[in-house]
Amino acid sequence: MSQRVSRPAGIKLTRIEKKYGSLYALRRLGMEIAAGECVALTGRNGSGKTTLLRVASQLTRPTRGELSFPGLDNGEAPAIGYVSHAVMIYDELTAEENLVLFARLLGIPRPAKRAAELLEATGLATRKDSPSRTFSRGMKQRLAIARALLEEPGVLLLDEPGTGLDTESMAWLTATIRALRDQGRTIVMSVHGESSLSQLATRAARLEAGALIADTRTGATFQSVFATGAA
Amino acid sequence: MRLFSNTAVLLQKELQAEFRSHELLTTASVFILIVIVLFSFTFDPTSAESKQFGPGLLWLAFLFSASLMMQPSFLKERTNDTLSALRLAISDPFAIFLAKLCANTIFLLITQLLLLLVFGVFYNVAVLSVFPQLAFVFFLGSLGISTTGTALSAISSQARMREVLLPLLLLPLLVPVLIPSAEATKALFEPEHPLRWDWLGMLIAFDVVFLTALWLFGEYLLEE
Repeated sequence: MSQRVSRPAGIKLTRIEKKYGSLYALRRLGMEIAAGECVALTGRNGSGKTTLLRVASQLTRPTRGELSFPGLDNGEAPAIGYVSHAVMIYDELTAEENLVLFARLLGIPRPAKRAAELLEATGLATRKDSPSRTFSRGMKQRLAIARALLEEPGVLLLDEPGTGLDTESMAWLTATIRALRDQGRTIVMSVHGESSLSQLATRAARLEAGALIADTRTGATFQSVFATGAA
Repeated sequence: MRLFSNTAVLLQKELQAEFRSHELLTTASVFILIVIVLFSFTFDPTSAESKQFGPGLLWLAFLFSASLMMQPSFLKERTNDTLSALRLAISDPFAIFLAKLCANTIFLLITQLLLLLVFGVFYNVAVLSVFPQLAFVFFLGSLGISTTGTALSAISSQARMREVLLPLLLLPLLVPVLIPSAEATKALFEPEHPLRWDWLGMLIAFDVVFLTALWLFGEYLLEE
């Protein structure tokens, strides 16, 4: 069994294909993301962003192709923090119970202490005993991010993390992702168009019908990836 | 060891959620109560008839209520995609199944033992004198129902007609649990109330086979 490690790892996708029935969600997609890079994935609805993130998180097995994590030794697996459209937390549990539950499952020593740290960091400490079903979308998203950060993962996969957030929550999210990027973690996030989140990226990639049609790091083409897809 | 510690953590979560909401226990108890009372009023059985047909009726009611109870097992994990969060956090997905089937067995057993007393009153059958033996039979039957029900709940939660699929798959598959459970229960209502090990052996074999299959192939049931 692989040992999970928290240090940042790269992500290498080699000719990844994912088919649902006869529908291609990803077509022979190849991409190598270096450890510590912050990648913004963009593209229309149904272009394959979510599938790509789920394949990278190993939640979805690709139909063809290979996924590997450069920078890790044999027998090592990356600790991955994943935030999806759905908040991935239990409505019937309180904020604290949710974090303690996942911390215990991850085998984190002193789970209550780690949960308290993250509740403080996400500004949810005063609501720690409230069931998460009573939370607003922004508060749920904060809790979702806290859950993803429990293990201090070296790789973060964020699927449209800004969806449904108000200005204040969006500012918090942007500051949080900036801090995580500056700590050297590998971040891949899907975004819709240009936003405060896309500006954090050091690399931009665009998907169209499951294929990678643009991939650029810096320079004049960077902004155009978010605009029309030409790069 | 990680398998058992993760199972314990998840089982605690399942029990905590249910004892807070009482949704499953209430629904299943009310369903079984209705069946027991309706059959009692409709057929007005004598004590001898009750001992003859009661166990079959009881296990049929348990089976139908179990299909109600198992339905949300994995379906509720889809609401917020918490199943993905569990899969990311746990290295051995069998822990998810083990926790859910333990929780389902406990819920089913609680409901059965509570409703057994009501059955005793309405059908004029002495259940208290054989209560420990009945509890043993109920445990083996419930384990079989829960193992199969939990696995099928994982399958049906990903299907399109998920609300009707589980009973359609579950009920025929549980015939090998229904018959030995009803027969073993019926034997306990006889004057010498023997434990019928031939029927219990079938139940144990069913439990072992399905638990092993779940351990070996459960991971594939959670894949997208």
